[in-house]
Amino acid sequence: MFLFIIFGAISIAAALGVILSRKPVYSALFLLLNFAALAAFYIMLQAQFLAAVQVIVYAGAIVVLFLFVVMLVGGGEIRDVTGLRPAGAREPSWTRIAALVLAVILVAGLGYGIITGALSAAQGSVETFGQGSVQAIGQALYTTYLFPFELTSVLLLVGIIGAVVLARKEQ
Amino acid sequence: MVPTSFYLILSALLFVIGVAGVALRRNVLIIFMSVEMMLNSVNLTFAALANHFMKLDGQVFVLIAMTVAAAEVAVGLAIVMEVIRHRDTTNIDDVNLLKG
Repeated sequence: MFLFIIFGAISIAAALGVILSRKPVYSALFLLLNFAALAAFYIMLQAQFLAAVQVIVYAGAIVVLFLFVVMLVGGGEIRDVTGLRPAGAREPSWTRIAALVLAVILVAGLGYGIITGALSAAQGSVETFGQGSVQAIGQALYTTYLFPFELTSVLLLVGIIGAVVLARKEQ
Repeated sequence: MVPTSFYLILSALLFVIGVAGVALRRNVLIIFMSVEMMLNSVNLTFAALANHFMKLDGQVFVLIAMTVAAAEVAVGLAIVMEVIRHRDTTNIDDVNLLKG
């Protein structure tokens, strides 16, 4: 419980840092902190393999990619939080009402879930769960979920080709 | 032992912060980071429920979602670079035409 509170506070503070920082570089570094805190949660949730993948893929690859782009385009200071609307722009009359309705729905849904939210009992067993070890998750990945697993390779190929095509200079 | 509902509430909070980032910020890179944060909060939900139900399916879903996120970031950042190269701005309010 103690660890949960600490890492929860870190992750929420880092998330707020991402959206409130003036400089995109700080945002990217706060994002790194957020991902690291989530990796700690994965370990607490008996998902050690996911924690490793989280650190390698998110903290390693994705944040580095963000940092590359931020530094390529120049991470200058931006002030777009203070002025939420451009000067002279009138907001349509229905936006406040729509926002209110959506907020009420969100709070009502969360409150309903918290008050009545008795989660049903465990369905699997400790044996099949296997403490989230690499062996257990590999077993599931290569038997039950073999087809989706193979499809992700196609997805990655599409991602590579898309990035190359988009980043190439026009001839 | 932390109750599963705490993880769900935490992940809802992170998701809402991500939504706020998308709604409030106008810098395309920070909006993208907020989207990544929202994806991560949903991953946390999956892992928490996998732990609760003692089934590995949730963890497999998280792995696949991470693959999708990696591909999405690669393509998305390429698009961002292209937009910046064409329009010389990171403010999405300046990029409001489909045919630009």
